[in-house]
Amino acid sequence: MKHTQIVWREFLSGVKDELPILAGVIPFGMIYGILALGAGLSTTEAQAMSAIIFAGSAQFMLVQLAGVGTPALVMILTGFVINLRHALYSASIAPYTRQLTLPWKALMAYLLTDEAYAVVITYYHQGDEHKHKHWYFLGAGLALWGSWQLSSAVGIFLGAQVPPGWSLDFTLALTFIALVIPTLNDRASVLAAIAAGIIAIVAAGLPYKLGLLTAALVGIVVGLWGEER
Amino acid sequence: MSYPWLVMIIIGVLTFATRISFIVLLERWQTPSIIRRALRFVPVSVLTAIFVPELLSPEGVPDVSLNNLRLLAGGIAMLVAWKTKNVIWTIIAGMGSLFLLQWFL
Repeated sequence: MKHTQIVWREFLSGVKDELPILAGVIPFGMIYGILALGAGLSTTEAQAMSAIIFAGSAQFMLVQLAGVGTPALVMILTGFVINLRHALYSASIAPYTRQLTLPWKALMAYLLTDEAYAVVITYYHQGDEHKHKHWYFLGAGLALWGSWQLSSAVGIFLGAQVPPGWSLDFTLALTFIALVIPTLNDRASVLAAIAAGIIAIVAAGLPYKLGLLTAALVGIVVGLWGEER
Repeated sequence: MSYPWLVMIIIGVLTFATRISFIVLLERWQTPSIIRRALRFVPVSVLTAIFVPELLSPEGVPDVSLNNLRLLAGGIAMLVAWKTKNVIWTIIAGMGSLFLLQWFL
């Protein structure tokens, strides 16, 4: 097979494997767009955030913090902690991207979201070694990127027309419940969740909206402690 | 939101740095195992710290009574999340029960 044919085949199978996940991502992106406008962001800012940060849960959290007037520094710190999990994905992908050039590595890193990682790491773990798997990564990553940008745009467009009585902000909590509850499979994770939840309530009154950050850090420490016992 | 562009760009750069970190560094630096283990608890801790106050204190103060419809709807959503492991069904169940509770109570 010619080189371009192999590359194209890899790219398309990356896109294809990403498709089932998009069914969950597209409503998520639309809800983000709606909430972003509700929190007072302009349409340009809301769309730019999807392109610049490109991380669903951090964007949801920022929109929520923005709505209650959180200082910029606290938003930056909280966003950083939420996105720390990407370091895990980076470490796990690294052995497979060694032979790539720096521009390719940078492109992979930009596209390394939860949903792209889940699909790509499965493919990398599959036995047959060949040199074109990064085209698969690009296909999966771009499929997700395009859907996220488009669904944000649709949400931003709709955001202007949804009445506040619809309680759409509640979808944020529901989305996080859906992401967290199925991962509570071991004692350490359960302890981390309980600790983070309790501290989030107790520390809600901390100045500069530092409660969230405190609760997250306590959850991480309690999780580590629970794992050792 | 104060300084929206500055906040967005800084978080964007930090997120990119996190994502590229090990892809570029791994050959030279072995990650301490404590960091790898701690990272596993980041999503569960952060996301729980966000959603728990949304359920327990929707008006800003903790409210554990039947008047707190978001707590009831959230409880139903948790059961659905556990059973289905599916984001869409969880949102439908949570929003559906919130609408129904608002309608009847």
